[in-house]
Amino acid sequence: MAGLSAINPQFLYVCAGIFLFAIGLWGTWLHAHYVRKIISLNVMGAGVFLTLIAVAYRGENLPPDPVPHALVLTGIVVAVSATALALVIIRRLEDATDV
Amino acid sequence: MYEAASVVWVISLPLLGALLATVWRQHAATIGWVSSVLTAGCAIWLLWVVQHAGVQELALGGWEIGLGISLYADGLAAVMVLMSSLVVLGCSMYARQYFRTQRQHELFWPLWLLLATALNALFLAGDLFNVYVTLELLGISASALTALGAKRAALRAALRYLVVGLLGSMLYLMAITLLYAAYGTLNAVQIAEALQVNPLGWAALLLMLAGLALKMALFPLHFWLPPAHSNAPAPVSAALSALVVKAAFYLVVRLWFEVFAPLTTPLLANVLGALGAMAVLWGSWSALRAERLKLLAAYSSVAQLGYLVMFFPLLMVLEGEARQWLFGAMVLFALSHAFAKSALFLAAGILLRYAGHDRIRELSGTTQFLPLTTFVIALAGIALVGLPPSGAFLGKWYLLDAAFQTGQWWWVLVLVAGSLLATAYVFRLLGHAFGHLPAVKRPFVAATQEIPALALALMATFGLGLGAMSLWSWLAHTGTGAGL
Amino acid sequence: MNELLNVLTDALGENLPLWIVLSSFSVGLVIFFVQEGSHRLRTTLNLLAAVVKLLLVGVLIWGVYHGQVYEVRWVIAPNLELLLHADALSMLFVTLSALLWLVTTVYAIGYLEHSPHRSRFFGFFSLCVSATVGLALAGNLVTFVMFYEFLTLATYPLVAHKGSHEARKAARLYLAYTFTGGLLLLVAVVWLKSIAGPLTFVQGGILDSLPAETHSALRWIFLLMIVGLGVKAALVPLHGWLPKSMVAPAPVSALLHAVAVVKAGAFGIVRVVYDVYGVEFAAFLGVLVPLGVVAAFTIVYGSTLALFQDSLKKRLAYSTVSQVSYIILGTAILGPLATVGGIVHLVHQGIMKITLFFAAGNYAETLGIHRVSQMNGVGKRMPLTTLAFTLGALGMIGIPPMAGFISKWYLGLGALEAGVLLWVMPVLIASSLLNAAYFLPILYRAWFLPADPWPDEHIKAQRWETHGMLLWPPVITASLALLAGLLASAPFSPLEWAQLITAREYK
Repeated sequence: MAGLSAINPQFLYVCAGIFLFAIGLWGTWLHAHYVRKIISLNVMGAGVFLTLIAVAYRGENLPPDPVPHALVLTGIVVAVSATALALVIIRRLEDATDV
Repeated sequence: MYEAASVVWVISLPLLGALLATVWRQHAATIGWVSSVLTAGCAIWLLWVVQHAGVQELALGGWEIGLGISLYADGLAAVMVLMSSLVVLGCSMYARQYFRTQRQHELFWPLWLLLATALNALFLAGDLFNVYVTLELLGISASALTALGAKRAALRAALRYLVVGLLGSMLYLMAITLLYAAYGTLNAVQIAEALQVNPLGWAALLLMLAGLALKMALFPLHFWLPPAHSNAPAPVSAALSALVVKAAFYLVVRLWFEVFAPLTTPLLANVLGALGAMAVLWGSWSALRAERLKLLAAYSSVAQLGYLVMFFPLLMVLEGEARQWLFGAMVLFALSHAFAKSALFLAAGILLRYAGHDRIRELSGTTQFLPLTTFVIALAGIALVGLPPSGAFLGKWYLLDAAFQTGQWWWVLVLVAGSLLATAYVFRLLGHAFGHLPAVKRPFVAATQEIPALALALMATFGLGLGAMSLWSWLAHTGTGAGL
Repeated sequence: MNELLNVLTDALGENLPLWIVLSSFSVGLVIFFVQEGSHRLRTTLNLLAAVVKLLLVGVLIWGVYHGQVYEVRWVIAPNLELLLHADALSMLFVTLSALLWLVTTVYAIGYLEHSPHRSRFFGFFSLCVSATVGLALAGNLVTFVMFYEFLTLATYPLVAHKGSHEARKAARLYLAYTFTGGLLLLVAVVWLKSIAGPLTFVQGGILDSLPAETHSALRWIFLLMIVGLGVKAALVPLHGWLPKSMVAPAPVSALLHAVAVVKAGAFGIVRVVYDVYGVEFAAFLGVLVPLGVVAAFTIVYGSTLALFQDSLKKRLAYSTVSQVSYIILGTAILGPLATVGGIVHLVHQGIMKITLFFAAGNYAETLGIHRVSQMNGVGKRMPLTTLAFTLGALGMIGIPPMAGFISKWYLGLGALEAGVLLWVMPVLIASSLLNAAYFLPILYRAWFLPADPWPDEHIKAQRWETHGMLLWPPVITASLALLAGLLASAPFSPLEWAQLITAREYK
């Protein structure tokens, strides 16, 4: 039973990550408004990151794998800058006057 | 180590240029083209190195493979880097005169050089996560460049482009996560060695294919491409259509034939091929119906990418020498399209400037006023239709040959139909070049822009059509190469 | 003289065929950049290139005669090479092209004297001849296909040259036909290559050793090839583009009909039958009889339609449809004599038809005559042109001693030899009667009817009846057509060459 309790949280995290990813994907596809699309994409990103963090778990007494952590950090940086760019363009679009 | 420097320089030179152009804004244009020239030189050097010293593998910062950033340069990567650097060089020369205000130059060059950096880094990335980072860098810089069009349509296209790119990257990142969970590494070579046939592998493959198909605008995920490529400034459109989609295609090739080789089946390849066939027919048809020149060029890209995917089912069945030839022909087709399409977009930019619009029906006078630009369009058109001499002609030749050899004659029908449609859309345009206007005094009207476009078009036709034999020997140095 | 030729042969070396192609290609590219007003520079370049090409062809003949082997190879992709070489058949066609190009260049310079876009015109004109010469010298089917497509590309701007709505429409139609044809030819060649390997032209053919299970594929390929080539050769029902493209300027029509496009198709069929399939193997496959039937039908059909055209150029166009198929008919009949007739007609039809087109152009350019019904009495106003026209027309009918008689004579003998006289002879007779029926009334009008006022006389009669550069080309080609008939048995005559080629085919 010790094995089960050791695996279960990781499994749960992975499932939650994939669930978030799926919701985000669904949202990106469904919503017409670009702000919503961007939020959905970030939800997707959160799902992937959560999965990655869960993957890093190597057992109760072992330190977690550092590589996925590094990936998550990089991923967050990328996601933030992309979101920023998207928001800027959305604002420009709101302000643009030509047809 | 001396040879390995070439790998680093093709990435760091444009990156350095981008930084300098950001800081030293009043000289952005000069920095931009100097850096493009140097990068192109380094790309030739890289190809030479791969030829003479073999495949280059390099772990940056001394981190062991699997931890640090690893770069990997084989024949295919070096060829793609050279293609990208030459197209970027052509567009850079053109862009010097294309943008008229200092402000435009200041905005354009840093992003442009960043795009070049991202492309080269992507072609040389040795592990799958680096690929993700370069994909994002590519998507962000490409989208920002599209937004330089500044019109509402351009902004909208840029935003859609960004969102689609992000979506593709997310799918790709999820696939990486799955692979890492299974094999504990992200190095392409190591995964290729460890990969097993199981549902997890399948999920990763399908996620990656979906993400990259979105990025390379494979039918039916092409919807975003025409507006994005037709609303950007001319040199940007050129790079987007010629290079950025090609980067996603390059990744599909790498993943399909190297990393996921044990998983790929002829059935899946046929599905891809069928999508490609539909892309050819639908893209060509839409190009024929397009009312604007840049839209025509963009739809033609959808079709041309379709041809590239049609090589897959045939590559799956052929073996040995014939397969190598066909693989080379596929790369040649991609190169030919890169040069031809960039030339076409640059020429379209010149027409657009002189006519004030790019409505095909009303271009008659302008095409007669700009004979050399029209000539560039004709050359690019030859390469798009796949007439001799052009790289695309050879590509189609081998595609036909493989279809007959393997008895898959239905690809022949697609190819014939696609070529006829392409002829129709190219000559619908060229027909306007004949009219009653008196001949212009000088053949060069906008020489500084026409010459780079002409150089690219000549490369696509005579260069690749008659002088591409070395390509196959370059590709022989393609590394891990699961059967390549 | 011999010394000089030897020196030249050595200096130019094996690459001579390449220089022959490039001599007009490079000049064509230069001409694009010549300023519109620099009439003298452009004329010099044009004539220089034409003369140089003719000289190079002369050296080539000399070299081949002395046993020199000419082969230029260039590998463009694995297992795919361009090959230019000089064999007897290519010599025949290349000589014809080079010679007629020189004459046509002179004519075109005169004809287009004051029209716009001359640099563009002469640029593509040169490219067009390069393509034709490349076709002639192509040593394998791959090279042939590449030049075949290149020819289409180079002629399209010439057809569209006038830029009128009609011209653009005709050019579009021309493209639609020829590109579809080219594509089918490409498919056929790739298919054949995947069965038979490298498709080098060898007299007697290269396919007869293939196993029997490939034979049905070979028949399909033959069909595709004939359709692909038949478009340019204007085989009925693929001839629709030809009469429409008569909107092009007269020198273009002359070139299109006599040497370049139409002849490229016919030459291609000759190549495919003799040097790829081999005429005996083709007969064994049973593909020659259908080809012969189509050719025979085309001959009669073209002549019949020509009868009803009032437009002079259209009448000549339908006459071309009919006459080119003599070449194909000769090819389709198994037997050396018919082969001689077909091949020699490749040359004879060229010189006779170009004469007719030059003359028609002269009538239009000098007096504004475009229709047969306007030609009354033109013989007195333009005697030399009309004489040339008369010789060409008589040749087409096949009246001795004109060149056309030689062709028809050998075709008839060939039919007798092959035992197909029963259906070939009626075709030949019917066609000759039809030829007479549409040419003789023209000659009667021109020489014997009183003149009406000319529709639009823009060149007044001075020393000669028209501009010298327009007058001499038809006179020269008409003389050639007469000489080719009179001196048919002299060495180096077209007939002599055709017999040489035939002897090698049926060894």
